[in-house]
Amino acid sequence: MSDDLVSICEALLFVAGDPLTLPELAAAAEADEDAVQAALTELERRLTERGAGVVLDRTGPRLGLRAAPGAPAEAASRLQERAPERGLSPAALEALAVVAYLQPIGRPEIARIRGVSSDAVVAGLLERELIEEAGRGDGLGAPVLYRTTTVFERIFGLEEGLEGLPRLETADDEVDGAELRQRLHAVAAERG
Amino acid sequence: MNGSVLELDLDFDAFSGPFDLLLALVLREELELVEVPIVDVVLAYLVQLEGAEEIDLESLSEFLVLVAALCELKSRLLVDADAEDEEELDAESAAEELALRLAEYQRFKRAAEWLAGQRAAAGLRVFRRGPAPYAPPRPAAPLVEEQPGRLAEAILHLLEPPQRVDTTTIRRRAVAMRPFVERFRMLVRGRGGFVFDDEVAGLERGAQAAAFVALLELIKRGEARASQAELFAPIRVGRDEKTMRISAQVLDATEAVA
Repeated sequence: MSDDLVSICEALLFVAGDPLTLPELAAAAEADEDAVQAALTELERRLTERGAGVVLDRTGPRLGLRAAPGAPAEAASRLQERAPERGLSPAALEALAVVAYLQPIGRPEIARIRGVSSDAVVAGLLERELIEEAGRGDGLGAPVLYRTTTVFERIFGLEEGLEGLPRLETADDEVDGAELRQRLHAVAAERG
Repeated sequence: MNGSVLELDLDFDAFSGPFDLLLALVLREELELVEVPIVDVVLAYLVQLEGAEEIDLESLSEFLVLVAALCELKSRLLVDADAEDEEELDAESAAEELALRLAEYQRFKRAAEWLAGQRAAAGLRVFRRGPAPYAPPRPAAPLVEEQPGRLAEAILHLLEPPQRVDTTTIRRRAVAMRPFVERFRMLVRGRGGFVFDDEVAGLERGAQAAAFVALLELIKRGEARASQAELFAPIRVGRDEKTMRISAQVLDATEAVA
């Protein structure tokens, strides 16, 4: 294990804005992937050992540095305006869940599922870079479609990427679906 | 033709009587317009027109206005009826529809809760934000080789002012129909028939239209008949054998009398 390669990897991860893949790191370091992988493990150990302000982050196939949990992360979060990791309302989380599972998806469809206009929450998610535009749909008015970003995967700790999302419950899995139906039908019977 | 379209006699399943009675019943809502086949009204009128010696333009436009109004009323009724059907979803189906929507929403609400939990478990994750300085640059789209000369050539045409149209005198374009009637009659009688398209090939549009009207006139008079193998195929014009037979009979009869 060359000390140089550990330092090189640290420098590459520091200067890169977006997380890098192993082949990207290896190409920039001019080293083979196995050596880079070993250097990364060593870097991770050293960062922890010396209580550094940054830690190695592995989200899916991508590698990056992020503020160490605790005080460094708290302070770093205060530095960013409209930080993606802060202030996500339940409404924003709902819209984000719809995009995460049904992407690419347009605003009208998000609004249809949530039953309320979702323009403001979608704009907020875009600003936080949790979602991004992904072309236009075929529907009425060719709505802009959205998909989640790697920022979303990193913030939510989805280390396997979107594969890490749990299976969306199907109608058969509903726990209280039957009860809901019963209540609605009771109301219908009263009206009918 | 009868004095007015209002006296037009109609006879179909839902109604039998003159047109004005039909209108009165529809307006008083004693007859469902939905049950009145407007196309039959139009057909009855066309039959009446055919038998007329002269076309009374006033009466014709009156009919057009009335039928247009009926069409509009009927289409509104039909469209509104559908809209009502949609609104009047019975309470059971409405409850089912709502239950399905709520169930769908519930699934995403739970997914959102899972995300919130995941975020809490992941802890505060703060990353460097900004463009990646070492991201591979996007390859530039290859440009098509352009020839500026050709562009200039194309634009030059646009710069030429269009020819002024002289509107000081407008000549009336008249196309005579009679020569066509005479020529077609001669062809039918002499050669037994002809191909309409060959006769009008090369003529300008107005003349072609006149020729066609001339042909229709001959057919109406029973002097010719036309056939076409399929849509847009050449129109073949021949002698109307039936009329010819009748003419021959009349001739025979006349000769016999003579």
